[in-house]
Amino acid sequence: MEKSRSELGQIIVGVARDPLGLMGLIIVGVIVFCAIFAYWIVPYDPIAMDIKSRLQGPSAAHLLGTDQLGRDTFSRVIAGGQVALKVALPAVFGAMAIGLTLGMIAGYGPKWLDNLLMLFFDTIRSFPTVMFALAVVALIGPSLQTVVFVVMATSIPTYGRVARTQTLTLRNSEFILAERSMGASMTRILGVHMLPNIIGVLAVLAAMDIPTVIALEAGLSFLGLGVKPPTPSWGALLKDGYSLIRQTPWLVVGGGLPIILATLGFTFLGESLRDVVDPKLRKQR
Amino acid sequence: MTETLLEIDHLSVDYETGRGDLKALRDITFNVNKGEIVGIVGESGCGKSTLISSILRLTAPNTRFREGEIRFKGQDLLQASDRQMRDLRGADISIVFQDPMQTHNPVLTIGQQMLDIQHRSKQSKADKLAHAAKMLGAVGIPDPEARLKQYPHEFSGGMRQRIAIAMALMSEPDLLIADEPTTALDATLEVQIIERLQELQREFHCAILFISHHLGVIAELCDRVVVMYAGAVVESGEVREIFHDPKHPYTRRLIECDPGHIKERARVLPTIPGEVPDLANLPGGCIFRDRCDQAMARCATDVPPLDQLKEGHHAACWLNHEEVTT
Repeated sequence: MEKSRSELGQIIVGVARDPLGLMGLIIVGVIVFCAIFAYWIVPYDPIAMDIKSRLQGPSAAHLLGTDQLGRDTFSRVIAGGQVALKVALPAVFGAMAIGLTLGMIAGYGPKWLDNLLMLFFDTIRSFPTVMFALAVVALIGPSLQTVVFVVMATSIPTYGRVARTQTLTLRNSEFILAERSMGASMTRILGVHMLPNIIGVLAVLAAMDIPTVIALEAGLSFLGLGVKPPTPSWGALLKDGYSLIRQTPWLVVGGGLPIILATLGFTFLGESLRDVVDPKLRKQR
Repeated sequence: MTETLLEIDHLSVDYETGRGDLKALRDITFNVNKGEIVGIVGESGCGKSTLISSILRLTAPNTRFREGEIRFKGQDLLQASDRQMRDLRGADISIVFQDPMQTHNPVLTIGQQMLDIQHRSKQSKADKLAHAAKMLGAVGIPDPEARLKQYPHEFSGGMRQRIAIAMALMSEPDLLIADEPTTALDATLEVQIIERLQELQREFHCAILFISHHLGVIAELCDRVVVMYAGAVVESGEVREIFHDPKHPYTRRLIECDPGHIKERARVLPTIPGEVPDLANLPGGCIFRDRCDQAMARCATDVPPLDQLKEGHHAACWLNHEEVTT
């Protein structure tokens, strides 16, 4: 390992050396770029209706045609990507932060607290996600925030359990005993010494989780439980396209293709990241 | 100069297990004076590790302190609050562990770790880093400033152990506990570490409690020795006294078994036959009776007391009472 390069730099280089990882990196890069600069990229306002030019096929003016209300599908795909990331990133990172904190406390704290937190995790996990989403949407209504909340709540246990297991393995290691014998407090041990050892595994988990969340958001929007119309979303595009598939297949292509691409991209990236970060796999090569 | 720093006073520690209480330490009494190096010898399972974890109060949850006191500068550590103990650890009492490959956090640089253990200090980060570099220099790590940026896996075992010593001495503790610090290292490194410890001890004037099963190292380094067997002190005294005139058969056998003491070529290395008695089910009388070649009738019935034979030389064996018994 070269010492001049930073840890993050090494990871990125490691991922780029792996062909699948490079592909994932490029796809994710394009998606993130499109999401950030969506309002400069879109040729039309994604929610502006133009009834005269409805249900058109692809043309120079409308790259992916228009929908039943004459909205430009390409613009809606790009803007939908932004919505997808607006849901996926906060939900995944929120779940990771909360799951990590609770998991470390469960793993390092007293036994009764561990039992209590595990009971809490198991309770959440026992709800089917879609049922839980239906219940929450029925209570507070469909919106972007609702989707974020549902996804976050249902993924906390996954992160919590992984963080707990990692903490349990680390807590008896000699270097943690050494820190304790140097008078480090619980917060110092967890924050300074455990966290850097655990975060890599969780980051990989998060990268692998993002496509699931994107698909979940699309699924909820497809069911009409996700983001409210007229906000563009890949799932909403699929839903509109589904009923019009005989007139024009372009809506389904516009909604489905980005979901497939995003899923593949984040999965490739996550798997490659796992190989680079996980020290056990690193040694085997 | 003979100010007492650490007093272990009739300490008895049990482990609660499924088979009943395991009597890990029984009636341990000895002192460590300021600036003194005291060695503890004994074979595996004699309670050395229980003793150090008791001093630091980092014991397993099934540990029970049955009797006695551990006084550090007059304060009973077994009565101290968790907060008080945490403030003592790493500041007044530090420890160097046996295996240098395990004692550093693998994902943080040495510099980050040395900064972190100075969390009590109010100095600026630059001052702390300078102090860390100075300490690395003191234990003989070349080019310390650059080395601070490296990760533990970039150092050799001997270097890592020296870094561990540097970290332990950083806060200039009054007592350094060294738990077999050279056992995991090869012989040449062992000498280096011992010499370094001696130098540092002269420089920092801290007392050292040196745990080892290597008698040669103890003889080289320590002022006084405590010999432990099956959770009890069987003999203690000045290094020279113990090595030249051991008063307990166990100490005698230990010295005979030390490879450094074997003069002529031996086909079979000497050993002490038998095993340490079951600590959950202790036999009556002397604990060393079954392995002792000089056992008498009295050894089976009465526990020999740890008697003072000379100024500062104690041993627990009926053989020293011969005048009385005959």
